[in-house]
Formats: sequence, structure tokens, C-alpha cells
Amino acid sequence: MWGYLARRLLQMLMTLLLFQVLTYLLIDAQPGDIADLLTLNPDIPPSEVQRMRMDLGLDKPPVQRMVAYIANFWQGDMGVSFLEYPTPVSDIILERLPRTIVLFVTANVIAFWAGFVAGKILAWRRGGIVEYGSTIGGVAMYTIFLPWFALMMIWLFAVTLDWFPPGKFISPLKWLSPDIPSTNDIFMRIIWTSLIALGFMFVGFWVSNRAPRKWRLPLRVASIVLSIAGVIAYWALSGYGHLAWDILSHLFLPVFTLTLYAFAGTMLLMRTTMLETLREDYILTARAKGVPDKQVRDKHAARNALLPVWTGLVFAITASIAGGIITETIFSWPGIGRALLTHSLAEDIPVAMGILTILGIMTLVAHMIVDVGYAFLDPRIRYT
Amino acid sequence: MTTEAEVRHVPMWRMRLGLAAKGLRSNWAMFAENPIGLLGLGVIIFFGLFALAHPILMNTVWEPRLYDPVSGFDLEIASHPSPPSATHLLGTDPLGRDVLSQLMYSTRFEFVLGIGAAAVTMLIATTIGALAAYFGGITDTLIMRLVDLVIMIPLLPILIVLGALMDVGMVQLAIIIGLLTGFGGTAIVVKSQALTVKVRPYIEAARIAGGGSFHIIFRHMMPNLLPIALLYMMFTVNAAIAIEAILSFFGLTTIEMSWGLMINTTQFFGYLLRFDTWWLLFPASIAISFLCAAFYFVGRALDEVVNPRLRGR
Repeated sequence: MWGYLARRLLQMLMTLLLFQVLTYLLIDAQPGDIADLLTLNPDIPPSEVQRMRMDLGLDKPPVQRMVAYIANFWQGDMGVSFLEYPTPVSDIILERLPRTIVLFVTANVIAFWAGFVAGKILAWRRGGIVEYGSTIGGVAMYTIFLPWFALMMIWLFAVTLDWFPPGKFISPLKWLSPDIPSTNDIFMRIIWTSLIALGFMFVGFWVSNRAPRKWRLPLRVASIVLSIAGVIAYWALSGYGHLAWDILSHLFLPVFTLTLYAFAGTMLLMRTTMLETLREDYILTARAKGVPDKQVRDKHAARNALLPVWTGLVFAITASIAGGIITETIFSWPGIGRALLTHSLAEDIPVAMGILTILGIMTLVAHMIVDVGYAFLDPRIRYT
Repeated sequence: MTTEAEVRHVPMWRMRLGLAAKGLRSNWAMFAENPIGLLGLGVIIFFGLFALAHPILMNTVWEPRLYDPVSGFDLEIASHPSPPSATHLLGTDPLGRDVLSQLMYSTRFEFVLGIGAAAVTMLIATTIGALAAYFGGITDTLIMRLVDLVIMIPLLPILIVLGALMDVGMVQLAIIIGLLTGFGGTAIVVKSQALTVKVRPYIEAARIAGGGSFHIIFRHMMPNLLPIALLYMMFTVNAAIAIEAILSFFGLTTIEMSWGLMINTTQFFGYLLRFDTWWLLFPASIAISFLCAAFYFVGRALDEVVNPRLRGR
């Protein structure tokens, strides 16, 4: 297992390197650079534009620049943004990455779990009106024009019902007081408190699965209630609870939209594979020997149908990265997807390259997690 | 019953045509069993007629000065955008152009883009899939590692950066999308199909008869890879239409009129979240969703024809 991981990591590094070479050359082959934007200003003489090109190193041949960029990147230097000139690219990315990762991971995990459960139940109750309606709805969600869907969500939940704010990261009016921490500080605290609460819940469930049967339910309820109470108590005592709530209320709509979008694909795939699995002989055997229906569904059929769905997750993740960019743009959520759009439009190549690389790393890591997950799902697969 | 003597008199091309028609008929029978596939096909045909009707209408009923999708303007209406009326069935946009005319005019580009991208994908995927499967060894490894790399590239972010830096028109977009999907997931599927084709007896027979590698690949293997490539073409069309709409919506393409651009115009003039002017946002968005869903349905129905494992019986 560890040997496999090490080899896989090496492969990932090489893929990333190739990816950087390809994308850098592709982007660099395009006409125009940031200095061209200056020629629109008549007060700047051509010699100054030329000097700026030289200062930024844009006069060198593309291959030399590419080698320099990649060499610097692997030493931890991602360069300086052209658009916000002295700001290092790493600062821009570090500020925005947690927001994107929270959006991406939450949406994908919820969508996968919900899609798995919904697809399982739909296939089990084949032929009913619920199954028919949900399949149509699933296909509609799967092929919908995502920007339009996001706008509909804003219209429904933010404009008509007025439950959530229509976009952005915070409501600036609530953050005017001088003695409060920065938005990112509060956001990181939200991430940590929810991670600790989730970990606590997980331990509670792990223990309850090994406890005597009559203790199971109380243990589960206790772990859920205690962890939620802990989070609430922490924020109540810290005095910044209203700020955390402000961020959370802005987070809800983008996550919900992306989750629904990612959910449909998993649900449809799970339904199809589950239908195929239900036709297998061992399902007939299990039912014939009198295994309860719920157990046949959850233990015999769903567990085997999970494997193709897990494979499909690789493509679902790539799709949801694209979906994440659209969601961030429509909801003005200041993550790296929106930064990619604004900085690319300004021909800010270092930031665009940095963000593309980060997205590439996210895809690679997600793929690796999916591949390693196989070993846990399918005992026949061994990584040596 | 035709005897062997009679068969010999039939020219080769007619026999091939007959075989193709027979295959088509049996496949069509299988396809027609699936109501959802037929529904999708119906929607696609509807949009095809929709696109064809535009030039006819422009030449007969619609005055070009009023109804031109890019430069038309209706002087008789005091303020634009105007709601649907008898002269403008779907109203006018903020620049005074007829929305229905724009919608119909854009449809042809969606088809050109989708089918162009799909054709590029099909050409590349079948070629490299057949090459990898036929030669194996180092060719296979090189091609498949390249495919792995391309699958990893997030398509939309790359296109966003490219669209911001260069002028992306319909043709460039079709080629880029075709290239990236052709070298991506489609190639893997086609290659696995090519591996099963490679060991069929007729390939062996062709080799014994003295056929060269390229003759075998292009004349014997690739025709047998077309069904599965056709299936994946449908999904490429889907992706191409959606990506074009998203890029146009962000204002990153140089296309003069498309469904995404109609939404972009709506956004530019600030009518995006105003539902009293629904005719600006809804027609184009619903058209994109419907056409994508239609191609998806047809793809799923074709999947059942091509893929025997999924058949109901």
C-alpha cells in the first residue's frame, strides 16, 4: 500500500510537471500581453511600454520563461500578480483557496452520499411514480444550463423568499467594528470547529457500532447533540457568532446549487448500476433464503453497485470543478474560480497559471483518493 | 431465397449498401423501442427545423430591417425591451432586436459547433484508439499516458483563460473542444472496443490476404469502431453546446450571436434578475437545457443499441 502510494505520488508529480509545461506553452502562445493594455493609454510612451515588458521578463523567448516559471514554482515561488502588481500570487491563492475547497468538498461529499442513497432507493422501487419523476428530474438537473439554474436559485431563495443573501462572501455592514478579526480568520475558525465536530460525531458512531445493541441509539443521538452543542457553545462564548452566521448564510446557496448539480449525475449512475446488480443471481439467492429486504438492498446490492459509481466519481469531480467556477462567478463567491475569470480577462498570466496549477493539483488529489478508495470498497483489489 | 449465382451478379457497392440498410433497420428497431430516445430525437429534429425556418422566414414574412438577429431594430416601439406582442412573438431585447429571430438564428450555430466538435472528437478518438490497440507496446503506452494527462486537464478553466487571451470563434471553439475530448475519455472507450475488434477473425483474414497495417486499421478496424464513437459523439455535442453557452455568457467568445450571448446581453443591460422581463432570459436558457437534454437522451438510447449489456432482454 505505502509503496503504491509513493509510486503514485511520483507519477502525480510528473503529470503535474507535464501539465504545467503544456498549459504554460498554450497560454503563452496566445497573442498579446499585459503591456498591450497600456498602449490604450495615450499618455504612456512606447519606450515605457517596452521597459515594462523587459521588467516583467515578457521579452524573453517562451521556452526560457516557461523553464524559469516552473523552476520557481517548485521552489515555492509562484511569482507576482500583474494586475495587483506587488501582491505575490501565493497570497491571492492562499486567501481564496479555503473558500473554494469548502465549496467543492462539501458539495461533492453531500452529493455523492445523497446520490448513492437516492439512487439505491429509486432502483429498489422501480416503476413507481416517484422513480419516474425523480429520473426525469435527475436528467433535467444533469443537463441543465448551470448559470441559469444558479440564477433561478438566487431568484427563488434570495429574491422571492429572502431567506439567504443573493451572493458575495459577507455583508460588509456587519464587519465595520474595528476590533474584530479578519474574514479569513473567522472562516478558518468555522472550518476547524466543523471539522472537530464532525470528527467527534464520527468517533461517536464508530463506538456505537461496536457497543451493545440497546446502547447504539442513545450513543448516536448523544454524539450528534453534543458536537452540535459544542460548536454553538464555542461561537456563543467567542462573541463572533453573528459574524460566523453571516459567512454561513452566504455559503449556503452556492453549496446547495453545486450539490444539486453534482447530485444528479451520481443518482442516475447509481440507479442504472443498481438496476443491473438487482438482476444478478446472488440477489435472487439472498431473497430466496429469506434475507430481509433491507439487508438485500443495502448489503448485497448497493455494496456491489457502488464500485462503478465510485469510478464515475472521477468524471463527476472534473465536472464539478467546472461547475464550481460557474457557481462562484454567479454568486460572486470570492474563490479561486472567480479569481481565474477576473485575472484571465486582465491577461494576468502568473495568477491564471497559478490557479490552473492549483485546480490541476485538486483534480490529481481527488483522483488519487478515488483510486485508493477502491482498495477499501473492493477487497479483490490490492495495491502492492 | 437468393442463390449464390444471383448474389455474384449484384455489384459490390449495392451489396454493401444493402447490408448497411439492413443493419440500420435492425438498429433503428432497437432504438425505436426506447420512448425517451425518440423524444430526444424529436426535440433535435424540432430544433433542426427551427434553424431551417429562419432563412425562409427572413426571405418571406420577416422584414430584414426589423427582424435581423444582429442589427434589426423596431422603430415603432417606444421603449426596448418590449414584451411579447403580435409583431414580436417573444418580445425584443434591450437593443430592440427580435428575440425569436435571435433564438432561431443561433440554433444553426449550435448545431454546427456541436457537430463540428463531435466530428473532430470522433476522428481523433477512433484514430488513436485504433492505433493504440493495433500496435500495442510503446505506442499504446505513449498514447494512453497522453490521454491520462488530457483527462486531468480541467477543460472549462483552460478555455476561460484561452478565451480571455485570444479571439475564440465558433471554429476555434469546435476544434479545441474536439481535440480535448477526443484525446480524453472517449479515446479510452474506443481503445477498449478496438482491442476486441483487433482479435476478430476478419482482421486475421485481412492480414493473411496481405493487407498492410494502415490498410487494416483504416479499412477494417475503424468502420467497426464507428458505432461506439457515434455514441460518444452525442455526449461531445452536449458538452460543446454547454461550454459555448457558458463562455459566451461570460463574454469570452467573439461569436456574433448565440444563445449564451443572448443571456450575456441580458446581463450586460442589467435585466438578469428581473422576472418581469422573463422573455430575455428564459427562451435561450430553456433552449440550451432542452437541446442538451435531447442529445443526452439520444446518447442514452444509442448506448442501449451499441452496448448489449444494457439491453432489456
